[in-house]
Amino acid sequence: MRPLRLGKHIMKTTSVIFAGAVSAVLAGPAFAQTEIEWWHAMGGSLGETVNKIAADFNASQSDYTITPVFKGSYEETLTAGIAAFRAGEQPNVLQVFDAGAATVIGAQGATVAVQDLLTDNGVPFDIQDYISGVRYFYADSDGKMIGMPFNSSSPIMYYNVEALNAAGVTPPVTWEEFQETTAPALVEAGYIPLSQSHMPWIFTENFFSRHNLPFATGNNGYDSASVTINMDAPEIRDHFAAFKGWIDNGYAGFWGAGWDDNATPFEQGEVAIWLGSSGSFGGLQQTAEFPFSATYLPYWEAITTEPTQTFIGGAALFAMSGHSDAENKATAEFFRYLTSPEVQYMWHQETGYVPITEAAYELAKSDGHYDRFPAAEVGIQQLSLPAGDWTRGYRMGFYVQIRDVMNREYQRYLTGETSLDDAFTAIKSEADELLARFAQTQG
Amino acid sequence: MKRAAFSQPLMPVALLMPQLIIIAVFFYWPAWEAVYSSFFLQDPFGFGASYVGADNYTRLARSTEYGKVAGFTLFFTLVVTFLSLGIALLLAVKADKVIRGAKTYRTLLMWVYAVAPPVAGFLGSLLFNQNIGPITDLFAFFGYDLQIGLNYNDTAFAMITVSVWKQIPVNFIFLLSGLQSIPVSVREAALIDNQSGVRRFWDITFPLLAPTAFFLLIINITYALFDTFGIIDIMVKGNPASNPITLVYKVYTDGFRGNDLGGSSAQSVVLMVLVLLLTIMQFRMLERRIHYT
Repeated sequence: MRPLRLGKHIMKTTSVIFAGAVSAVLAGPAFAQTEIEWWHAMGGSLGETVNKIAADFNASQSDYTITPVFKGSYEETLTAGIAAFRAGEQPNVLQVFDAGAATVIGAQGATVAVQDLLTDNGVPFDIQDYISGVRYFYADSDGKMIGMPFNSSSPIMYYNVEALNAAGVTPPVTWEEFQETTAPALVEAGYIPLSQSHMPWIFTENFFSRHNLPFATGNNGYDSASVTINMDAPEIRDHFAAFKGWIDNGYAGFWGAGWDDNATPFEQGEVAIWLGSSGSFGGLQQTAEFPFSATYLPYWEAITTEPTQTFIGGAALFAMSGHSDAENKATAEFFRYLTSPEVQYMWHQETGYVPITEAAYELAKSDGHYDRFPAAEVGIQQLSLPAGDWTRGYRMGFYVQIRDVMNREYQRYLTGETSLDDAFTAIKSEADELLARFAQTQG
Repeated sequence: MKRAAFSQPLMPVALLMPQLIIIAVFFYWPAWEAVYSSFFLQDPFGFGASYVGADNYTRLARSTEYGKVAGFTLFFTLVVTFLSLGIALLLAVKADKVIRGAKTYRTLLMWVYAVAPPVAGFLGSLLFNQNIGPITDLFAFFGYDLQIGLNYNDTAFAMITVSVWKQIPVNFIFLLSGLQSIPVSVREAALIDNQSGVRRFWDITFPLLAPTAFFLLIINITYALFDTFGIIDIMVKGNPASNPITLVYKVYTDGFRGNDLGGSSAQSVVLMVLVLLLTIMQFRMLERRIHYT
């Protein structure tokens, strides 16, 4: 910025001082620092941790300043980012959640691949540094990382230790064990055995990955935009038929599509086992007034005897295109800071989201974090289970709408409004139509 | 007789300009954009748009889901309009008769008017909450398991209750001032002619209230169609699943959650045409029968 220039005839003492002060304020930081913006969807205590990361980054060096801006829910943040991009006002860093990944990665030219961004700006990058479960979810079909995994979580099984002790059972490893042994004993002990908080995520996407089943054609959607979804697979239908049976005979409670509506009965001690996010750990520690622990998501022995890892959930950070080299350099430096073991460990401790690099995981282990909170390790352990052909992730366009269709039809089926056949036929046909429409936009 | 005219022909145009600009910027331009983009299928980020003709409209016509949402919207609008006008009318007639402490009653009845729709929705979602809601507890006391967010009919019931509650005060204010503007002489004359309060209400009071009621009818239909968005959004917690939603909310879910701009634009055009037809119909059919004093 050029210093202010004023004509001599108006140069009274006061205005000289004033002008000097203004130009110092305006010009000073602009010369020294590159400012970048980060739009995120982390509200509440998560938002405070995000602000802390940004403040610590700003304090750690004097060349760059990052400003985090809270934009509402995941969906609202993505929409705000898209609208800003169309207006040429996009932020440097945009947080996009798992279901929106196909939209943002499909729009080549909207983002700079994080792998390119880092290597071009002299930040060392090796995809093998990242834990195996998060490595390729936000990558393209060639395995190049496009989005930087940020708040990464996976669905795990929480249980009320007192309830299971009272019933004299151990946490179920398989769904067969749950329905034959665990659930009857818990009902006997006066508990509702099971609830879950997100059917598309826990009972659909991760059902496919836990059992190593293909979720969509075209390599789960990574190879092409013209794909169809495998919602006609008999395994998933059987699973939902079983879930409905559990609800009907009191083995499970179901309170709709709201996350909290299904979590609250567990926190209140009515429900013994709750399927939630590994990122729920921090919140549960504050709300649950009973000893709880966690373990892996159960699987059906009838489908597989070698269960595999789950998909990563949560969101990633994307570097938006259309910014100067200096700003991209700042973004790269921020990513370097963010992926450092210390920052990742802090984020992991504060929130319960998994650390995304092996180094951060090692740091948490050596620091004794998991000796103090064994349940905090379950998410990352589950993501590090053996991988399969279909456990890398999925990539489907208009997926937010597909999830809405799933929620709608599942709920209709579970409340008796529709039959299993009709529900799955509707999901399959509406989802395939949405996928075809998305492929058309990418054509 | 000579027509009155401005000596400077530009003057009226200049005076109208601010209003015209506002309408053009905030209505004609976006409306045109909606019509235009409803014929395209767009990449969310705006990298490309392909012309698809009327495809976005035929999809709507074929969609049973869209039909269901339209059906609920019709039902919702009728019920909310009828109940909020009916209850407000009853309250206004009764409040009009109160002599002692009239101001206190009126203020209390108008209070809710200050509550914004999302706040009303939030209050509703707490009162009807499945785990901690007092209204849910009340129903449980009578042996009914109220499941808002899970049971379609229960959720519809809660949405209608909150929407009606929120709208009653507006109607009440207008109807009460309408009642008070009916000349005392007319009422007294009616009282001599007929002792029945009900007869007098329907024969004298109600026709004289008609202009107010007609205005409120339009306001209420618009309210139920559009302004209830905030209530619905909060009550379904941004995740409608199989819960009832209105057409406006579907425009939002498809366009702003799903990033399907073409499909969402087509829906908003359909809505625009519906409202246009509704307004024409209302003025054509109803206005003839109403006598403004």
